[in-house]
Parts: sequence; C-alpha cells; structure tokens
Amino acid sequence: MHIVDGALSTEVLIGGAAITTVGLGLGLKKLNIENIPTAGVLSASFFIASLIHVPLGPSSVHLILSGLAGLVLGWAAFPALFVGLLLQAVFFGFGGLTVLGVNAVNIALPAVIVYFICRRGVLSENRTVAALWGAFGGGLAIALTTVFVAISLALTGDEFFEAVKLVLFAHVPVMIIEGVLSGMAVLLIHRVKPDLFQVATRAV
Amino acid sequence: MSEILEVEQQSWTDSQSTEQESFLRSLDPRARVVASVIFSVTVVSLNNLAVLTVALFFAIALMMSARMPASKTLKRMAAMDGFIIFMLVMLPFTMKGEAMFHVFGFAASWEGLWKAIAIALKANAAVLSLMALVGSMESVTFGHALHRLKVPTNLVHLLLFTVRYIEVLHEEYQRLRNAMKTRGFRPRNSWHTYQSFGYLIGMMLVRALERSERILKAMKCRGFAGHIPMLNDFQFQTRDLFFILFFAGVLVSLVLLEVFNALSY
Repeated sequence: MHIVDGALSTEVLIGGAAITTVGLGLGLKKLNIENIPTAGVLSASFFIASLIHVPLGPSSVHLILSGLAGLVLGWAAFPALFVGLLLQAVFFGFGGLTVLGVNAVNIALPAVIVYFICRRGVLSENRTVAALWGAFGGGLAIALTTVFVAISLALTGDEFFEAVKLVLFAHVPVMIIEGVLSGMAVLLIHRVKPDLFQVATRAV
Repeated sequence: MSEILEVEQQSWTDSQSTEQESFLRSLDPRARVVASVIFSVTVVSLNNLAVLTVALFFAIALMMSARMPASKTLKRMAAMDGFIIFMLVMLPFTMKGEAMFHVFGFAASWEGLWKAIAIALKANAAVLSLMALVGSMESVTFGHALHRLKVPTNLVHLLLFTVRYIEVLHEEYQRLRNAMKTRGFRPRNSWHTYQSFGYLIGMMLVRALERSERILKAMKCRGFAGHIPMLNDFQFQTRDLFFILFFAGVLVSLVLLEVFNALSY
C-alpha cells in the first residue's frame, strides 16, 4: 500500500518524515553487533515475502506481513521495513522518496504496535492460543495500515474521502488473508523453532 | 571481509550485464543520491501541468542517459498500487468543481481531472528520476553512498545485510516452492493453500534465523567487531561538478517556468 509522490500535502509529508525519524532512532538503538545480521536476514526474508502472490478470489494479493515482522523483530521492525520500502522505491519504483516517511509510518508503525499488543499472546505455551494471537496480529497490522493510509489521504484533502472509504472496505479480505497466513506461520514456528520470537526480546 | 559485501549481480538491477560506459553511471554516487532527493522535492512542489510534463521528459532523458532498458523501466514507473489508480480515477468525481460530463448522475469535474493528471505526472517523474539516478547503481554502492552522506551506520549496515541476503533468500524461496510443486501443490482459493503459504513463510523465517546465526558465527571468526569497512572511495571530480551545475540549472528553470506561468494567469 504505497502512496505515490505528489499525492499528499506538504504538511502530511513533513509529519510522516518526522515520525519516521523518531521511529528509526528508537529502532536503530535496539540494533547492535549481535543482532544486525539477524535483523538484516529477516528484513530480506520479509522483502522476499512481499513478492509472494497469494490467490484471492479471481485475482491475487501480494503479502506485506508487517504484523509478523513486528512480532519477530519488535522495535527493530521499524528500520527493517523502512529499508525494504527504500529498496522498493529505488529499485522497483514503488512509492517514492518524498512519501517515504509517510509510507514508513503507515507500514512500520503498525508492526511495532502489533508487537506490543500481541507479543505476550504469541509467546503462549499453548500452540493454538499463540497461533490465534499471531493471526490477530497479522490482520491488525493491515487494518492499522489501511487506517493510517486513510488518515494520510484525509488530512491532505476532502477530495480523497470517498475513495478512502472504498479502499478501507476493499482491504478487509487482505486483512483476513494476512491474518490467516501469519497465524499459520506462528503455528509452524512454534513447532519448529520457538526461539524465533525471542529475537525481539534479545534485541533490547 | 570484503566477500561479505560482494553482492552478486542483483536480479532486479541487471546492472553489470548492461553496464556500458554511460556518463550518468560514471558520476559520483553521492551526487546522484543528492540530485535525486532534490529533484523529487522540486517535482512534488510544482503544479503547472506543462512544467510537470517537461520534468517527466527530463526524467526520461535521465533514464536514457543511464542506459536503462526503456520498456522495462517505464513499465515499472507506471506500475502503481491498485488503490492509487482507483483513487486517481475517482478524483474527477470526488473533487468539486466545474462539471465536465456526467456518469450515472455523478458529475466529473475538470478540477479533479487536472489534479489527477498532475499527481500522475509528479509520481512518474519523481520515481523515474529516482530509478535512473540511484536505481542504476549497484545496491552495495548505494549503501556506501548513504554511509558517506552520514546516514546512521546501523541503518547502512542493516541495508547492506538486507541487499546481501535478498538474492540468497529468493533462491531459498524458489527451492521451497519447487519442493511444493513437485508434491503437486497448486495455489487455489482454499484453506489448504493458505495453510501451505503460511507454513512456507514460517519455514523461510526459521531458516533465515538459523542462517543468520551461522553468519554471525562466521563473521566473529573473522574478527567482526561491529564495523564493516566501506571500501568504495568516492571522488568528486570535475564532471560531477558539471553535472551538479547542469542539474541545478534544470531545476531552477523548472521552478522559474512554474513561477512565470503562475504570474501569467
């Protein structure tokens, strides 16, 4: 859900850039020699995951998986997803430079919020409970992203309002898909390597 | 240590194979990064459609000067998220103004149409210049340029690790997908598909974590102490100065055109 250059007002762009600077500052503080390789490799995995197209009805959607990124990386998800967005803008032409701040807030901030809300649930001993929290986190991240995108557009001008309402509804299936996939991923990780959810805690 | 930084040819930049001597590619990467930032900021602050069209043509000229494959790059430029396209199409109907025509009783306004065209021009010009100036670089060079431009070291390290492993993990993803395919998996609208994709992603993350543990151990064996030497030494040469002056000239002309057009209305 990349907004493009030129759509938003200057105030929104500056606001987004300011929040992103703070988020990056906080996230980068959590990175040190020990966990930069982990964060980098996971950031690359999320970049690859965003290339996966999953069938949805007659069409398909590409994944964002920011909720899962938040659950695994915690605050470090902010710089990790920021790097992904920067690379997508530069090499793929998704989004743009002036909206990078806003796009980072819209996608990375929900990841961090999901971390704080769902972390305990995902660490649960009970696999099903953990998976359900994972699914909730995955869906919540997309829901928050959609709301944030809507807010960025609504703050820019009334002319986007009608489109924004439709966009919100159009993304409900995406939320469900992301939720289901994140839940399944959490289930598998619990079975195979539960340590993965300790990465974020270790990153302090 | 340098083998860690040595990125194989990234599949999406296809730089090395097509890398011919091009003036733009021979410029100091720092100058290119800074130029693309300033160009983007300038373009989004312009409003006159004619001036924006000139800016888009300038971006196309940059692309050609960087010798990027035209059709592929232009396709990437024009690819936008579905919702952005939808929003632009809706703009004439959602923006109030002088009616252009009616569809099912909804008025489409000229103001909305102009605004939608302006956004499309800005977005395409900005993103095309970004791909031409910065996207034509090796991704590692891009990281080094950011480092030299005083971007926080942690962020540059994170970026370098990410670009280093994107290719590796993409191959891993392909391997897992091939394994699924040989077992007869075909993506459909079914619970089984979503479950399989979820497990696939989980497995990719597990493998990534294990890989990163091996990487860290290997790096420590080689004396890694949290610092990656940035081996690229950039030199700001006369041609970079010419480029900067020329680029600044173009930007100033664009702004002047915009201002004069605004006065003549």
